[in-house]
Amino acid sequence: MERLNYCVRRVLQIIPVLFIISVVIFFLMRFIGGDPAVMVLGDKATSEAIAAFHQRAGLDDPLPIQYVRYMRDILHGNLGTSLSVRRPVAELIAIRFPVTVKLTILSAILSILISLPLGYLAGKYKDRPADQGIRALALVFIAMPSFWVGLLLMMLFGVKLGWLPAGGWDSTNFWTQCRSLLLPALTHSLSLIALLMRDLRNSVVDISRMDYVDFARSKGIPEGEVKSRHIFRNALISYVTLLSIRIAYMLGGSVITESVFALPGIGKLMIDSIFGRDYAVVQSLVLIFAAMVMVINLLTDILYSFLDPRVSYHE
Amino acid sequence: MSNINLKARMERRAKDSSTRIPDWARRPTFIVASVIVVVFFLISLFPGLFAHGDPLEVNVAQALQGPSRAHFFGTDDYGRDIYTRVIYGARIDLEMGLLGVIVPFAIGTTLGLLAGYYGGLLDNVVMRIIDVLMAFPFTILVIVIMAILGPGIQNVFIALWLVGWMSYTRLVRGEVLRLKDVEFIQAARVEGFTDRRILLRHMLPNVISSSIVYGASDIVMTMLTGASMSFLGLGVQIPSPEWGAILNEGRAFISYAWWITFFPGLFLAVCGVGFSLLGDCLTDILRRKGR
Repeated sequence: MERLNYCVRRVLQIIPVLFIISVVIFFLMRFIGGDPAVMVLGDKATSEAIAAFHQRAGLDDPLPIQYVRYMRDILHGNLGTSLSVRRPVAELIAIRFPVTVKLTILSAILSILISLPLGYLAGKYKDRPADQGIRALALVFIAMPSFWVGLLLMMLFGVKLGWLPAGGWDSTNFWTQCRSLLLPALTHSLSLIALLMRDLRNSVVDISRMDYVDFARSKGIPEGEVKSRHIFRNALISYVTLLSIRIAYMLGGSVITESVFALPGIGKLMIDSIFGRDYAVVQSLVLIFAAMVMVINLLTDILYSFLDPRVSYHE
Repeated sequence: MSNINLKARMERRAKDSSTRIPDWARRPTFIVASVIVVVFFLISLFPGLFAHGDPLEVNVAQALQGPSRAHFFGTDDYGRDIYTRVIYGARIDLEMGLLGVIVPFAIGTTLGLLAGYYGGLLDNVVMRIIDVLMAFPFTILVIVIMAILGPGIQNVFIALWLVGWMSYTRLVRGEVLRLKDVEFIQAARVEGFTDRRILLRHMLPNVISSSIVYGASDIVMTMLTGASMSFLGLGVQIPSPEWGAILNEGRAFISYAWWITFFPGLFLAVCGVGFSLLGDCLTDILRRKGR
């Protein structure tokens, strides 16, 4: 019951922040967007035509009224019309969204599969060659620019060896999708792998020194159980937190990965729209990115309360 | 007798440690890191010592040549020498990493000190701004600001500054809140020291190390962010020799002219490893001192 209350309260806390974010985005876009009438009608439009357009689109109304109208549209799922392709923004985003979600999921899976065993190993064999090797690997992974790694992987596996597509998106079936996503996901997860490995290693090292671990051993609990229940499970708390924080961060990185591999996700859409000065799309995407980050943070907090019973619900 | 012995031994040890190179400076990681960082500083300060050509010189007759004696790293589609461009690019990228961190470090630390110490309205306003900004993925925020400001190196700095200060503020504010209840700060208050004195002489020295540790790792992240803006075409523009921009240019030729993409990325990666290692050493030293 207490936990349910806590969850409801956390959900309600999102609303004011989302509201402020929408205000900020609305005003920012009004300042940078230029005159939408000129964009739609072209440079040679007469001033009467522009005035008529303003009248029709309600651009002469006071900004607060425009904002209310904008919010009402958003809540009805109407994100406006893209100026460059003349289709509803919601439709454009709906087509691209699954690609980014799949990329993020595959990247997270790869990161966990690689970082979990390596990070644990490094912590278990602290300061031995295995640990030193894994730490060096993490260092290199963090320092390498992802767009460079992406291009190198593309050159090697796509162009030279021809094992995987060198970019683009083949949506035919599950396997072709996985093939299209494998190199991007690997590129995308590199720095996350490094951070997770480091974190897990440090947690395992720290927790192994704790008194309760010694105590568990002295009680005669089998070594395997000490490792799995006392060390590994506690080390996972900070691992899971870091993972979810970084997944939110990864959404931002999707802009870079998707443009390297020409993947038609929302990150690529964002860059294309910025260059196409299609501000209706940029504005909606920024709002969606913010909403996703907040949802992920919320889920993290809730997950955290399950993982660590010490977390307090009264704040 | 044993007392005298002990005294002599202590004196000897004190003398030893003052003349000897400290432990941390002899570790291989520290040596590797400082060599890399010093070399990159030299390259960016005196690029003319490392490359003799002009990074912008176009020579179409020599376009898209692979690495050779005349062109160590090959040439691009305009026949510009990649080696020269990469060498001259070091200054821009290092500048992005360092200036992109120093300003947010200063602003963020100051704001964190003030917000944590005084609390109240200032603290509330600063923390709400951070709440809102934190709701965006970091890269998206930088990209949006770049889209608003338009391309160019100055705008890259402005974008990095606008976004970078938050982490420092949160970090320092947290430390200040913790310190406020510690005896020596309360004692300083009871003594009637001015806020200014407490902040600068008692708080700052105690909270700055966490800021420095974060800043050291932030250099690499900031440099990569700056370079990726140029890579996306939003930051430094061609023909300026910036590593991300050169990489972006090389993308079109990736299937037959790998060298245009490979070398600037390699420099970026090695430079990043150098700064990361140095940051790790710094963290170690500060942690040990703090103990």
